[in-house]
Amino acid sequence: MVRRFSSSFTLFFSLTLMTNSSLFAYGETNHRTPSIKKQQELLHLLKQDCGSCHGMLLKGGLGPPLLVKDLENKPIELIINTILYGRPGTAMPPWQGLLSTQDATWLAQQLKTGVIE
Amino acid sequence: MVSTTAKNWSHRMSLSTTVKQSDLIPKGFTKYFKHSIYSPLLLTFFIISLSACQLQNHQLRPTGDLGVIIERATGSVQVVNTTQQEPLAKVDKLGDLSHASVVFSRDQRYAYVFARDGGLTKVDLLQDKIDHRIIQSGNSIGGAISQNGKWIAVSNYTPGGIKIFSSDTLELAADITATPLNTSTEKKAIYSKVVGLVDAPGNRFVFSLFDTNEIWVADYINQDNNKKWEIQKFTNIGKQPYDALITPSGRYYIAGLFGESGFALLDLWHLEKGVQRILPNYNNNKQTLPVYKMPHLEGWAVAGRYAFVPAVGQHSILVIDTDSWQQVATIPVHGQPVFAVARPDGRQVWVNFAYPNNDTIQVINTENYHIIHQFKPGPAVLHMSFTPKGEQLWLSVRDNNEVQVYDPATFKKSTTFPANSPSGIFFTSRAHQIGL
Repeated sequence: MVRRFSSSFTLFFSLTLMTNSSLFAYGETNHRTPSIKKQQELLHLLKQDCGSCHGMLLKGGLGPPLLVKDLENKPIELIINTILYGRPGTAMPPWQGLLSTQDATWLAQQLKTGVIE
Repeated sequence: MVSTTAKNWSHRMSLSTTVKQSDLIPKGFTKYFKHSIYSPLLLTFFIISLSACQLQNHQLRPTGDLGVIIERATGSVQVVNTTQQEPLAKVDKLGDLSHASVVFSRDQRYAYVFARDGGLTKVDLLQDKIDHRIIQSGNSIGGAISQNGKWIAVSNYTPGGIKIFSSDTLELAADITATPLNTSTEKKAIYSKVVGLVDAPGNRFVFSLFDTNEIWVADYINQDNNKKWEIQKFTNIGKQPYDALITPSGRYYIAGLFGESGFALLDLWHLEKGVQRILPNYNNNKQTLPVYKMPHLEGWAVAGRYAFVPAVGQHSILVIDTDSWQQVATIPVHGQPVFAVARPDGRQVWVNFAYPNNDTIQVINTENYHIIHQFKPGPAVLHMSFTPKGEQLWLSVRDNNEVQVYDPATFKKSTTFPANSPSGIFFTSRAHQIGL
């Protein structure tokens, strides 16, 4: 009984920790992923609408290429921030308001791992 | 146009409808036909030639009412007919068409397709096949064909600049590199991206440099056996020209500015006057909204003396008097406008929008600036094109995988047909328009 309590407590504790950490450090955890339907919508958006500037194959256009090799030296937080807040002085608009932090985080992870390639 | 042999055949066929069949057979032949031992042979000959005639007639394809629709996700195009309002054929293996545009040869036989991946493909509309294809750069945005039809120019992002090709063979005729962004010799040079390439009267090409705020005019000089493209450069024209257009007469080149409020105007009749800034304050004192898709100016609508232009960072259409180059009105619309396309008679302007409002179309009455019609054709309407006399409006609905055709007089949909992620719709009438 005691053991069971202890393991539940550990599980609860670690989950809380991870949830908290995911709020503050985007890249470390992936526990609040969008639903499968939302993921498909986001991939469609990435390919078609982000693609109008970055290319449908993300090889660049008016905006820079977004292939894994182009992003490997960029921290994921920078990518998430760029998606949410845009880049003033360039054509990159802020997507905050259309995309949640969770959406932007998931998209940044896809870009980093090259899922769309 | 029609091919020469085809023309002859159609001439004969039209004769047969007005002249009695026996009159078509020369008298000498009739004699043989009636009396000679060769008559069965001759009869067979005539039957064969008549069926060949019919077969040939069936294959005839005038190109004046054709068009090309880009299927962006599959790298293919559909050849369509606007009289029948139906697709005729599909041509594929054209590369990455995620941002593609098309110009036509002056005889309207060939479509030149500019692909995102630097591909330039000459498609034969009579035979539904690729005539020539090259990869001319790493990343390109569009192109134009010269006044005399001899040159195809392509504007490139990587490496930044334009390349000019023979429209016949697609052989490289000139390679014009844009201004470099870095001067360090250690780094691989990066050149400004080129946008807003148009053809101008006098076999000139005019284009804008997005990163270095310039407009260049390339002029073909053929003097004393010295043939070359001469470049005139206009600098400091305004921040980040993102696209441009030339007025229907071919006189004024206007680049839209993304990095600041306003437009850069160049009078091609008087280059010595330099670039003039117009509407410099239209975005001042206003909070600019995010632009989720760059507006396109190629479809800038000029109705009468007024031009209807998408504002950047505002959900509005600007109305500009093309005599004084002053703004005369602002029309609030549904979202960030992408294309504003005038019906050829100038009475209506149709507008589509950037994400997330790209399921909607609004139609503006150009006399009183009222929105007279609004509807939702479907998710992601990317492009609209009028037939040359304006009795049809075609639009592409990317995420419904369909093309829809409307009667602009009644706003009723006349037909819908499937297309794979359709984007640009280009009719062969573009062959005879200045600027394209």
